[in-house]
Amino acid sequence: MDLSQYKNVWVYAEQRQGVITPVVKELLGEGRKLADEIGTQLCAILLGKDVAGLADELIRYGADKVYLAEHPLLENFTTDAHTKVISDAIEEYKPEILLYGATHIGRDLAPRVAARVNTGLTADCTKLEIDPEDKKIMQTRPAFGGNLMATIVCPNHRPQMSTVRPGVMQKLEPDDSRTGEIIHVNVRLEDSDVRTKVLDIVKSVKEVVSLTDTEVIVAGGRGLGSAEGFDVIKKLADAMGGVVGASRAAVDAGWIDHSHQVGQTGTTVKPKIYVACGISGAIQHLAGMQSSDTIIAINKNPRAPIFEVADYGLTGDLFEIVPMITEAYENEKNV
Amino acid sequence: MKVLVCAKQVPNTNEVKIDPVKGTLIRDGVESILNPDDANALEEALKLKDTYEDVTVTVVSMGPPQAETMLRECLAMGADEAILVSGREFGGSDTWATSNAISSALAKIGSFDIIFAGRQAIDGDTAQVGPQIAEKLNIPQITYVQSFELKGNEVVVQRRLEDGYEVVSVKTPCLLTTIKELNKPRYMTMKGIYDAYEKDITVWGFQDLDVPQEKVGLKASPTKVFRSFTPEPKGAGVMLNGSAKDQVAQLMESLKEKHII
Repeated sequence: MDLSQYKNVWVYAEQRQGVITPVVKELLGEGRKLADEIGTQLCAILLGKDVAGLADELIRYGADKVYLAEHPLLENFTTDAHTKVISDAIEEYKPEILLYGATHIGRDLAPRVAARVNTGLTADCTKLEIDPEDKKIMQTRPAFGGNLMATIVCPNHRPQMSTVRPGVMQKLEPDDSRTGEIIHVNVRLEDSDVRTKVLDIVKSVKEVVSLTDTEVIVAGGRGLGSAEGFDVIKKLADAMGGVVGASRAAVDAGWIDHSHQVGQTGTTVKPKIYVACGISGAIQHLAGMQSSDTIIAINKNPRAPIFEVADYGLTGDLFEIVPMITEAYENEKNV
Repeated sequence: MKVLVCAKQVPNTNEVKIDPVKGTLIRDGVESILNPDDANALEEALKLKDTYEDVTVTVVSMGPPQAETMLRECLAMGADEAILVSGREFGGSDTWATSNAISSALAKIGSFDIIFAGRQAIDGDTAQVGPQIAEKLNIPQITYVQSFELKGNEVVVQRRLEDGYEVVSVKTPCLLTTIKELNKPRYMTMKGIYDAYEKDITVWGFQDLDVPQEKVGLKASPTKVFRSFTPEPKGAGVMLNGSAKDQVAQLMESLKEKHII
């Protein structure tokens, strides 16, 4: 394989029903840095039906070029159609790096593409760096439930591919003055290429929690003792203008829905303020929240591991302390 | 109907600890278990066996010889056959190389209708091997399956998304990756355990598979581990003292001082 033929950093511009998935903007922010360090261009590859209108948004967020693939068979995501179009584009345009969001779509698609074009793929990366010597990408990811970090390289195969965990990378401020090029990709798809059929897409009716988009998270754990325990958490979250998070223990106990979970198999978050209430701090949980700007922990056990990452540790009964903080915040607002 | 299940023996990562001096993983004394998502894969295969008469369930794993213990557990839950792909030629395989080895083992079994695989293993958490096996076998895949229904030679599933799910249909043969929402894995029965020890576990080495050394093992793997390290804990902050009221007062004062509020 002649590695020198492969150029440019690509981002898979995942979209669902015509809306760019939030992680794509984070990938463009990170991809911009990587491309500048290598001295190459940042490109987005956008697939769908009637999605040309989204290309400008990708350019505003940092892309120099948008490869646009439009076809009626690309209306809904299917593994087969997207794998074929992306693999064909890789063969034609030869990107050196291709980033995907580690979403339920990215984690379905990227391994299939990697197997088809015979290259390496690193899952759920939390840090990407360029080796200053040979400009290859160094991909760091957690393993063993966050107990261990591994830096992975893909020295002899191209493109170098990663799925990147949502909520970790920084997006750029959109810049309306940016300009870019749109390249129409020749899509070769037949009905018979697509073996799965999407019959329906059902949005969950429950409240949508966006742990990655919020500035404040108030999270509860085993120490809450029951589903009702989350009432005090919700009150503080409301007072602070934040959302409710949860440890795996609280989710597994059935006190709160999985969508609130922070940690290894949940979501990585880094809000401005993270308040951990009755969470002892399993390593998976710590891995998911320790890059928050300010961490406040409330626990009755002074030796709980959560205090090792907390900026402020409060020891005692959370049912006494949390309402006091809620009240203090409400008083602040009234000043 | 022939149903295949891909399973992996994994260390129980909830028990893995870090050696505070050496900064390495302590794996001694950590129990090995059937990967949780794979238990859901096996359960769904066994439910088909409960429902239809002509179903055989074959579990396939790749790993060291001690993975036989996990495969025996699968037999005790009700699987008909178990195959272990094992050999030092496979050692150090990344997901690309692993899927080459496993897909060649599945191809050797012959024809099949459905392959169930757990979404991901708790040691690596990559979720890559399932889709990569499907690609190598040139069959369609559906990942994150949370409900499953068989209608003749068609499968209809709910595929979980972050904000809901989609309903997807596919014709067999296909590969489905399963998540814990799909079902509740059964326990082994006494009779099952007894029967499991009457059965043989087939072991296939490198020579038994039609796969070249250029496609399996450490050297063949496109990805390489450059280094591994334990995450640095963020430096601890201040522990506040005094009554609950005092602590809250100190907290609010500090937050104001630092302009966090």
